[in-house]
Amino acid sequence: MPDQLAYWLIIGLMMIGLYIVIAHANLIKKIIGLSIMQISVFMLYIGIAYVEGGAIPIIDANTILYSNPIPHVLILTAIVVGIATVALAMALIIRINEAFGTIEEDELAAGAGEQ
Amino acid sequence: MSHLPVLPVLILLLTAPVCLIINRVNVAWLMTVLASILALVCAWQILGQVLSSGPLTYALDGWEAPFGIEYRIDLLSAWMLFIISLLGSLVALFARQSIAYEIEPSRQVYFYVAYLLCFGALMGVVSSGDIFHIFVMLEISALSSYTLIAMGRNKLALWASFQYLILGTVGATFILIGIGLIYAMTGTLNIADIAERLETVEQSRTVITAFVFMTLGTLLKLALFPLHLWLPNAYTYAPSVASAFLAATATKVALYLFIRFTYTVFGADFLPMSIILVALGITAAVVGSLIAISQTNLKRLFAYSSVAQIGYLVLGLGMANQTGLTSTLIHTFNHALMKGALFLSLGAVVYRLGDSTFKEFFGLGQRMPLTMAAITIACASLLGLPGTAGFISKWYLVSAAIENDWWLLAGVILMSSLATAVYVWRVIDAGYFQPAVNTQRSEAPIVMLAPMLLLAFANIYFGLETSFTLMVVDGITSSLLGGGQ
Repeated sequence: MPDQLAYWLIIGLMMIGLYIVIAHANLIKKIIGLSIMQISVFMLYIGIAYVEGGAIPIIDANTILYSNPIPHVLILTAIVVGIATVALAMALIIRINEAFGTIEEDELAAGAGEQ
Repeated sequence: MSHLPVLPVLILLLTAPVCLIINRVNVAWLMTVLASILALVCAWQILGQVLSSGPLTYALDGWEAPFGIEYRIDLLSAWMLFIISLLGSLVALFARQSIAYEIEPSRQVYFYVAYLLCFGALMGVVSSGDIFHIFVMLEISALSSYTLIAMGRNKLALWASFQYLILGTVGATFILIGIGLIYAMTGTLNIADIAERLETVEQSRTVITAFVFMTLGTLLKLALFPLHLWLPNAYTYAPSVASAFLAATATKVALYLFIRFTYTVFGADFLPMSIILVALGITAAVVGSLIAISQTNLKRLFAYSSVAQIGYLVLGLGMANQTGLTSTLIHTFNHALMKGALFLSLGAVVYRLGDSTFKEFFGLGQRMPLTMAAITIACASLLGLPGTAGFISKWYLVSAAIENDWWLLAGVILMSSLATAVYVWRVIDAGYFQPAVNTQRSEAPIVMLAPMLLLAFANIYFGLETSFTLMVVDGITSSLLGGGQ
């Protein structure tokens, strides 16, 4: 159980993020939820890379056991993708606020229905 | 080592920043068209080579697989490359006047940049043999397609784009989780490697979870009912050119991913997916067609028709026999032809008459006879009339159902075609049999007509001359099913 604790916490975080995306009407909060969900996935990757007793993956004559560097590298890329997504979402929210005067989902849906 | 496999992606992705730096609308359009056509030529070369001498591989930056990122183009990838670049080139050719009309001048260059990025990234998704590279390319294409959609004239385009962004990112995150879990089980990101190693660790709970996450993620991107909620708004409010491009290519790439994950990575009989896919596919086909009947905006009507057609595509996979797979792969191409022709025609109607509701369509047969002819042919193909491309795919789909002795299902497929007939008839009726308010002839300019009519012609050509499509698709099905066993 203890060696799986990290995964349980990560799954919890993931569900919190997904719940925020679904339950909150405010667009900024939705993006926060989306970020939390993405970050939980980053942590999942880091969890996968962990090797018990492993050293930092820099080659050294005295070490035999390293943690796996590949998930770290992958996650760097995924973080960039995540940042791009959040940036685009924020830009869209600004434009939505200019166009509709609100960033609450229910008011937006009501406004869309009138057209 | 020949650099051919990587060229289409490189050409498109590198042209994008050049367009941005030059920052002139006409130059950007010209470069987009040239890059697209170059990509098409490369894709055609690749298809020829793969047909004659088997899959092409290319190690990016010289790092050999499985350590480096590998582009691995088998027949399925080559076929998708060809479809995407064919549609992408025709849409790019069409784009100039439509974009000039629908998008304000300060943003037109950005449209071409986003278009090239989206186009190049979609080509990257289908070329790559590295599962993480696929994720990155998928996100590049998704981010640029949100941008394309947000550029629509109606302010609701922003809202549609945001909804798509939320659902698309959730889908992408699911795929990312799946990739992580697969990496944890196999220790590799190369698809061929994964497929080999998964056989030894099969049926562990982690692998099943990975499969479920990746399936859900791709189905969200594919917009399979009931995960289709982002699609109608996105296609309705996006600029016509973007609708045409996305409808013809983006969902096809999601379908490609689904086929790739199911058949190549996990193996065709991994989970009892068949019944789920059949149920979702037929519901999508029926519900999509029924909702389409009551629409007043033609872009929305054909967006719901896309939901229904995606249902047919998935239904073919759900049949779990060779005929079903054949129908899906043929329909991928045919549906791209139909929806390309339809959305481009709608773009021409918007360009001349300002909008695409039924009001504009009254008397369209007199006002824009060639455009209306293209719409009629594409509609006939959508319906599956004999002599059009749509007939071939529907024929295989129904045959696949009968092969499995699912007579009821074959009946429901035909019934849903009846619903298609209803909304298609509404379009034809409005165009030819309703009196026009204004009968002045105002046909679309030649650069718009040419790609549109070419696609309409292709709908007929590939309905009569099936040897090319069938030869390619037979090769794909035998390699997919052979590899899965």
